[in-house]
Amino acid sequence: MSLRNAFRAATALSVLATSAAYAETITIATVNNGDMIRMQGLTDDFTEKTGHEVEWVTLEENVLRQRVTTDISAKGGQFDIMTIGMYETPIWAKNNWLVPLDDLPAEYDVDDLLPAMRGGLSLDGTLYAAPFYGESSMIMYRTDLMEEAGLEMPDAPTWEFVADAARKMTDKDNEIYGICLRGKAGWGENMAFLTATANSFGARWFDEDWTPQFDSEAWSNTLNFYIDLMNDAGPPGASNNGFNENLSLFQQGKCGMWIDATVAASFVTNPDDSTVADKVGFALAPDAGLGKRSNWLWAWALAIPAGTQKEDAAKEFINWATSKEYIELVASKEGWANVPPGARTSLYENANYKDVPFAKMTLDSILSADPNNPAVDPVPYVGVQFAAIPEFAGIATQVGQEFSAALAGQQSAEEALEKAQALTVDEMEAAGY
Amino acid sequence: MARAVTPQRKALNTAIAWGIGLLIFFPILWTILTSFKTEAQAISDPPVFLFFDWTLENYSVVQERSDYMRFLWNSVIIAGGSTILGIIIAIPAAWSMAFVPSKRTKDILLWMLSTKMLPAVGVLYPIYLIFIRMGILDTRMGLVVVLMLINLPIIVWMLYTYFREIPGEILEAARMDGASLKEEILYVLTPMAMPGIASTLLLNIILAWNEAFWTLNLTAAKAAPLTAFIASYSSPEGLFYAKLSAASTMAIAPILILGWFSQKQLVSGLTFGAVK
Amino acid sequence: MATQHSRSAARIMMAPAVILLLGWMLVPLLMTLWFSFKKYLPLRGGDLGWVGFDNYVRFISSSSFWPSIQATLIIVGGVLAITIIFGVLLAILLNQPMWGQGIVRILVIAPFFVMPTVSALVWKNMFMDPVNGLFAHLWKFFGAEPISWLSEASLQSIILIVSWQWLPFATLILLTAIQSLDSEQLEAAEMDGASPLSRFGYITLPHLSRAITVVLLIQTIFLLSIFAEIFVTTQGAFGTKTLTYLIYQRVLESQNVGLGSAGGVYAIILANIVAIFLMRIVGKNLDA
Repeated sequence: MSLRNAFRAATALSVLATSAAYAETITIATVNNGDMIRMQGLTDDFTEKTGHEVEWVTLEENVLRQRVTTDISAKGGQFDIMTIGMYETPIWAKNNWLVPLDDLPAEYDVDDLLPAMRGGLSLDGTLYAAPFYGESSMIMYRTDLMEEAGLEMPDAPTWEFVADAARKMTDKDNEIYGICLRGKAGWGENMAFLTATANSFGARWFDEDWTPQFDSEAWSNTLNFYIDLMNDAGPPGASNNGFNENLSLFQQGKCGMWIDATVAASFVTNPDDSTVADKVGFALAPDAGLGKRSNWLWAWALAIPAGTQKEDAAKEFINWATSKEYIELVASKEGWANVPPGARTSLYENANYKDVPFAKMTLDSILSADPNNPAVDPVPYVGVQFAAIPEFAGIATQVGQEFSAALAGQQSAEEALEKAQALTVDEMEAAGY
Repeated sequence: MARAVTPQRKALNTAIAWGIGLLIFFPILWTILTSFKTEAQAISDPPVFLFFDWTLENYSVVQERSDYMRFLWNSVIIAGGSTILGIIIAIPAAWSMAFVPSKRTKDILLWMLSTKMLPAVGVLYPIYLIFIRMGILDTRMGLVVVLMLINLPIIVWMLYTYFREIPGEILEAARMDGASLKEEILYVLTPMAMPGIASTLLLNIILAWNEAFWTLNLTAAKAAPLTAFIASYSSPEGLFYAKLSAASTMAIAPILILGWFSQKQLVSGLTFGAVK
Repeated sequence: MATQHSRSAARIMMAPAVILLLGWMLVPLLMTLWFSFKKYLPLRGGDLGWVGFDNYVRFISSSSFWPSIQATLIIVGGVLAITIIFGVLLAILLNQPMWGQGIVRILVIAPFFVMPTVSALVWKNMFMDPVNGLFAHLWKFFGAEPISWLSEASLQSIILIVSWQWLPFATLILLTAIQSLDSEQLEAAEMDGASPLSRFGYITLPHLSRAITVVLLIQTIFLLSIFAEIFVTTQGAFGTKTLTYLIYQRVLESQNVGLGSAGGVYAIILANIVAIFLMRIVGKNLDA
């Protein structure tokens, strides 16, 4: 080893040292969900540990999607970390738009991530986005109202039972609606729920040749069942209700049951926000006896766009925000019920977390979702409540608008399905399928 | 106006006008009131109007979550900067249209206005690519330029209608006295048209302040104005009416106050010289 | 007075504004045209080659196209009608002698200062929500079934929100115009025994025609491109998808830049048709 080489090594070392000490400011685009806002509040802990500063761009979900998609497809480089979901991750990764997260430190314990989450955020076995929290969907119901109706909720109910219970719980004069379901148009709103529900009714988006299936009887059953149920037992204006609207209704004690994201469990059981915090029970999402339940699988995850100048700092942030330590940090400040759920196996093995009433049901729901075989019949796509192809978001939003209009009574379920079929065929042709 | 009216008639007029005025203002009033309620009171049934426990908590929550002053400052710079830049560019153009009119003057004016009808969403992608190329994404400078271009037609038109009211002979006289063109515009025309320039300024600050497409799409963390601030408060999880109201009040208050204090100038500006 | 010298000076003075606007118009326009003949799908690798008029045909033959034109025209027309009719009435009312006229004017002008996003959010959540909205409370108070505004009366709701924002603008222009009306003329007509209605029809309305034209022109320019109000409230569902919104959906939701750009070209053509139409009436009325 010559002197020159030793000198070079020394220079390299000192460069490394300075770059590690060099404090960066990273820009993170995120959605305005409760868990992310909590993370924003805890940024100081990250800055203390690493010296890096964080600038937040917090946007409403739809605005966020539009903003980050424009930026990444035009290679704008505005963000060092983007908050994206299971739908975007494999598509973007395929375009080489994301930095692979294959060199996370050992203490991050990547094998601790729930396999369903890790699988959904990977492409060909490489992780491209780290799950901040994961969710499935399940039934949240009012134990008091269920008792009043003289019924008992099984752990794994059928749609028949849910529909019957919903109608019995409904008391419109007192503004109690048996069931609150998503109706607001959008691929991540009503279509997430309806696609998952359709799975349990034996329907699917496409057959193996990518032919749209809205003309099938299974879809007609799904949509008619949903619309009838909502007309009898749903809240007024349900066609404008998304996750947030339903959450607010449930917290006010106006819903008997609500089938939605498992993360909502911590909000409806939080006595600060919810008037019914001590009267909530949980059950698996219903099935129709065909072997598939109507629960979905989703993760909000942090990804690094390729081309960012601050890859190292961004990785440090991901390593902090999706770590086991972060979960403990939140637990110590806000209690175990408020930690980001659904991302790590160790959380569900933690003795402290076992006391949280919804922990087991959340895990069971997540484990029962299978993105590779979402429907009763075989499908060519991956994803439970979506199909992970670039065209899906645009198509499903338009289909969602037709279904939403059917729910509002502006057209029949058959008309909505006909239009959905026509526009899906059209768009798939345009995309070259 | 000189007509005498009976006090009864006047009282009736007053009652109706106040009624309608309050009706139109009510959504804003309701938002401001709700911003001082707790989330539970904000949705209470029946709604509470004035008799609730007034609280400032929503404002502190909003402030804690996002640094209001930074968004406000960006809004001030972007709205003010784009308007002033626009006026500087528009004054000479309006001068030539008003005092050296040609056959094509009106066509040019109308063409300028028609550029405002281009749908912004249609050109988002091209503009985004141009901004990347020029490295002005998420800069206040970039937004100042875009909003200036958007409002330039309105500014030119407003100034043109004001300038037309000024007799050309006065400028002529200044020229006879040996004033250069620059001096003529700077020292004769501008002072005379000051009221018009002021109202143009005001109206365009308001338009730029409220522009929500480009300001949202071309910014990230550094240059984001209040329109981006509000975009993080639409439908968060759970009950949010009170917090939404607080954020809304914070977003509109500065321009509401400015507008109210200067409404005289503004009203004359709003007429676009159509009314004498 | 237009000497040769001042003519060339005038051209130079006009140049910055004209060149800037020309650039602002042409550069994006040319890029939009270029994209519109391409199969350009950012999520599938970007530029996938020339496709001729495919995008144009596809955009116009989509089942959403004609409804979107219709929605655009209904919204623009509805808002124009409401703001002009109520603007005239309100202007006449505000012109009457009363106490506290200045304060009433402040109240009436206020909505104009509110950001479109904010006003859409406030209306949607705090007024039109069928459970917690103020309208729902009001309806229940009178024993009626609350209406879910944004789905059952979606277009009307959006027209209401937008009209609320633009009514102050129309009112103030018309008020200024009325104030300049020669009151002696009105009094003379009154003495001649003309009814209030015919006085309005023969004197006030013709006097207001110029002001109405300005309202028409300026509002149309802004209304053709409304976006935030729809994005926040219905996201284009329930028949509220305007042409602007349809383009947004093609470009950003479906990520089909080529198709969206073709839509952009159609929107430019529509804007120009409206513009020519407007210029015809306005041009006559403005420079008389």
